[in-house]
Amino acid sequence: MGFLTDRPIDLAALLAAAAAPDRGGVASFLGQVRNHHSGRAVLRLDYSAYGPMVEAECGRIAAEAESRWNVAVVLRHRVGSLAIGDTAVAVVAASAHREEAFAACRYVIEEVKRRVPVWKREFYADGTVAWVDPTATLQHAQ
Amino acid sequence: MVTSVMPVAAPSTVTVHVLLFASYAEGLGFERRDLTLSAPASIGTVLDQLRRLPGGEQLPAKPLCARNLAHADREEAVVHGDEIAILPPLAGG
Repeated sequence: MGFLTDRPIDLAALLAAAAAPDRGGVASFLGQVRNHHSGRAVLRLDYSAYGPMVEAECGRIAAEAESRWNVAVVLRHRVGSLAIGDTAVAVVAASAHREEAFAACRYVIEEVKRRVPVWKREFYADGTVAWVDPTATLQHAQ
Repeated sequence: MVTSVMPVAAPSTVTVHVLLFASYAEGLGFERRDLTLSAPASIGTVLDQLRRLPGGEQLPAKPLCARNLAHADREEAVVHGDEIAILPPLAGG
């Protein structure tokens, strides 16, 4: 396995891993570190994870997508200290046609956010630090 | 001749490996601890015992939980050797 990585995510390598002569539609999603959260300026993020469960849950999510649509799914999530603009998560879904690729890619990123045990600690420009709790900021969701 | 017998855990208890993460690990001051519970036990029993520890009052009423690397309800039974993780709100992506 190896859904979790502490190295920079290389989208080109993930696209190559999903590519095949019969898959002409390739959809990708990147989640990158933002410089703001709930109106506060963010300097960087530390991601931590329950590694063995990340591997198990990502494996289940990819398998669900590949059984529901005729796609190949490649997925990575990064841990460690990330700077603004760094890629934290990447999803690639490759299929014969774009409809299935888009649907599978969307399914995988939504399930990752809902089910995969990863946490992030934000370091703000004002010197404070906080664990991010998406359930406490639903009203600010974009 | 007397045959020695290895002591075994009483069958009326189960020992589980508890993992805490992120804000919960900070609140209770540990990331990993074995807890021995009276059988039968559930994930809810684990949570009850955690709440009695220093800092345990910080756990919410219904935290996300996992048993052996899969999401699990608090009503789910636990058996000896299970790995039970208490998960703060997920923030991946």
